[in-house]
Amino acid sequence: MTLLITVFAAIIATLIWYKNAPDNSMRYGTLCLMYWGASLMWLVDAVFEYAELGAEYFVPAGEDMLNDAFLGFCVVALGMIIWLVILFVKDPQGIIKKTLSGNKA
Amino acid sequence: MACFLVPGTEAIVTTIVTKAVEKKEKENKKEGQESVKESGIKLSTKLGWLNNMLWGGSALLAFEHVWHGEVIPSFPFLTAVREGDAAGMLHEMGTAGVCMAVLVTLTWAGMVWVSSSIEKRKSEQAGADSGEMNA
Repeated sequence: MTLLITVFAAIIATLIWYKNAPDNSMRYGTLCLMYWGASLMWLVDAVFEYAELGAEYFVPAGEDMLNDAFLGFCVVALGMIIWLVILFVKDPQGIIKKTLSGNKA
Repeated sequence: MACFLVPGTEAIVTTIVTKAVEKKEKENKKEGQESVKESGIKLSTKLGWLNNMLWGGSALLAFEHVWHGEVIPSFPFLTAVREGDAAGMLHEMGTAGVCMAVLVTLTWAGMVWVSSSIEKRKSEQAGADSGEMNA
C-alpha cells in the first residue's frame, strides 16, 4: 500500500512537472525524482517480500493495510515538506528574498 | 532493517562527484572550453537527477524504518544492532539495499541514455538543416 500510494504521488508529480516543463522554477522535477526514487526502492522491498511470502503478499491483513496506507500518506506529506524546504532554500524566483527585503524596508 | 543505508551511501558519493564535476564545468566555462556535450544538458545536471532519486528515496525509506521501529533515536540507532542481529542486517543491506541502489542507478542510466539520444538527434538534425541551407 505504501508503494502504491508513493507511485501515485510520483505519477501526479510527474504530470505536474510535464505540464509546466521546461519551466522548472517551482522545482517539480525534484519532487518527481524523490517520489520515483522511493517508489523504486519500495518496489525492490516488495519483490523481496513477495519472494519470501509468495501469493500471501497480495492478501494483507486489514490492520496492516490500514497502517501501510497511513504510512504512505505520511511519506507523501514528508516528501512535500522536503520539497518545500528545498524550494524555500533555493528560492529560484527570489520570492523569499523579496519578502524579507520588503519587511526590512 | 537498514537497507536504506546503501543507497544513502551511494548518494553521498554521487553528491561529492557532482560537486567536483560542477567545479570543473565552471572552470571550463571560465576558460571558454565549453565542449559540444556541455552545450546540451550538463553532466552535473544529469548527476543531480541521480542525487535527487537517491537522497529522496533514502530519506523516505529512513522514515519508514523509523515508523516500524527499526531505527531508534538512541545509540546504536538500529534495533537490529541492539538486539544482536547485525549479521541479518548486513545480509539485508547486501541483498535488498544493493538491489535498490542498482535499480535506481540503472533507471538513471536509462534516463541519461534517452536524453543523450534526443540531444544527439537534435544536433544531427540541426547539422543537416544548416547543410541544406549552405547547399
